[in-house]
Amino acid sequence: MPRNRGPALMHDFGAAFASAFALIATADAELMEVIGLSLRVTMVAVLVACLIGLPLGATLAIARFPGRGILVVLTSALMGLPPVVVGLIVYMLLSNAGPLGVLQLLYSPTAMIIAQTLLVTPIVASLTRQFIEDLYGEYDELLKSMGAGRATIIATLLWDARYSLVTAALAGVGRALAEVGAVMIVGGNINHLTRVMTTSIALETSRGELAFALGLGIILVVLSVLVNAGLIGLKASAQRRAYA
Amino acid sequence: MPNAAPTLEPAALQADLGAATPVALPMPAVTLDGVTYERSGKPLLDDLHLEIPCAGITALMGPNGAGKSLTLRVLAGLIAPSRGRIVWHDERICSARDVALVFQKPVLLRRTVRANLEHALKIYGIPRHQRVARVGELLAIGRLQDLADRPARVLSRGEQQRVAMVRALAARPRVLLLDEPSASLDPPATAMIEGLARGAADDGVKIVLVTHEAGQARRLADDIAFLHRGRVVECGTAREVLDRPQSREASAYLGGLLLV
Ligand SMILES: Nc1ncnc2c1ncn2[C@@H]1O[C@H](COP(=O)(O)OP(=O)(O)OP(=O)(O)O)[C@@H](O)[C@H]1O
Ligand SMILES: [Mg+2]
Repeated sequence: MPRNRGPALMHDFGAAFASAFALIATADAELMEVIGLSLRVTMVAVLVACLIGLPLGATLAIARFPGRGILVVLTSALMGLPPVVVGLIVYMLLSNAGPLGVLQLLYSPTAMIIAQTLLVTPIVASLTRQFIEDLYGEYDELLKSMGAGRATIIATLLWDARYSLVTAALAGVGRALAEVGAVMIVGGNINHLTRVMTTSIALETSRGELAFALGLGIILVVLSVLVNAGLIGLKASAQRRAYA
Repeated sequence: MPNAAPTLEPAALQADLGAATPVALPMPAVTLDGVTYERSGKPLLDDLHLEIPCAGITALMGPNGAGKSLTLRVLAGLIAPSRGRIVWHDERICSARDVALVFQKPVLLRRTVRANLEHALKIYGIPRHQRVARVGELLAIGRLQDLADRPARVLSRGEQQRVAMVRALAARPRVLLLDEPSASLDPPATAMIEGLARGAADDGVKIVLVTHEAGQARRLADDIAFLHRGRVVECGTAREVLDRPQSREASAYLGGLLLV
């Protein structure tokens, strides 16, 4: 007679949650290590993406030069780049046979940062361009009629778009945190070295270690909620500060 | 200058500047000499000749789409004519700061009213320690004290228009271009704006005012240029144009007739 798996599954399910919360509550070392690396990789990648994407986006919004149209389309198109493709490209660049093979970066956190930077930069650049371009359309004639120079115009635009620009960065954080394909390929999901939340969840689930996977999943959801709460809080604070 | 009838005919200008005529004609502030502005091959301003006297208030009138706002943009240096030229005759008018423009649709920064005014003063190069007092003055002029710390862009259209007006005055410009400044204002606010314009004109600021209101033109304008389809079809003193319009277009417009 076949075993009735229904209640057992339910039991597994409940037990997995219980152990997941226990892991979180006791700040399980392995769990914390994985979370720590995830946050580190994401933060560095988003920081680098902002350093490239903000000036790039602002330039695309304001400057007129040949090839601008192509760059605009390109950054927009790259926003939806499939992470596995980015992973593949970075893998090919960093593998021993690749042009950057000598750096020996494959399967290191640095490789993951490179891949995520490639994923996040188009998001930051493209959103920045949109925000600044809209604002520029509104402010351009006014500021010019007041005799403002180029530097003043840019400073005014960046300041008045500041909340939107933080939004762009947070969108990048969301994408980098949730992404799994690229970091899996270039990081290799090596224990204690390149194992991040998403790759761990994939691995532990396949191994049946549901508690650990679930613990990470809960943290990931919480982080995502926090990012979104940050976005909403930002909007509220923007309105409080007369940014309307 | 009430009795020196300002001549707005370009031909007359050339003649009078050339010959040392005993009759003192007012120096024009600016000459628009055959200004044409084209967008995708269509002339929006079409060989526009206009002479704007250097003092008083000049009104630009004309139906919607006549090119009044474009003319102000050309004067403010925001758009370059495709053909023709603009000549400022006063050498003191040399930078964008000397010509202030109040747009038809007020443009305000995403900041408080106060911060908008401060930002303008900063651009105009007013030192930081003078700005606070000057902002206070400007708020008082526009009766905006109660709105000072509100986000500028949530104000009503009329309130925004007042902010834009005092912001333009902040530059202490020599020329003030006003594009329908009281289009959405209530009677007291209209009176206030008209008072500000009159006061500035009396202080020697040249004012070019776009208006659809014959009443406003009558109250404020010393002379009027009437535009139609990107051309000046008539110009003269306010009384001449309002009371005895010569052109078919101006008579129809002032008579409330639609002329396409
Ligand atoms: N950027 C532009 N591109 C194309 N056409 C334009 C542009 N700006 C203005 N026009 C056209 O030029 C004409 C004159 O415009 P303008 O804004 O000067 O009219 P106006 O006399 O100020 O009218 P209104 O009384 O409605 O304010 C209009 O037909 C308008 O559609
Ligand atoms: Mg107009």
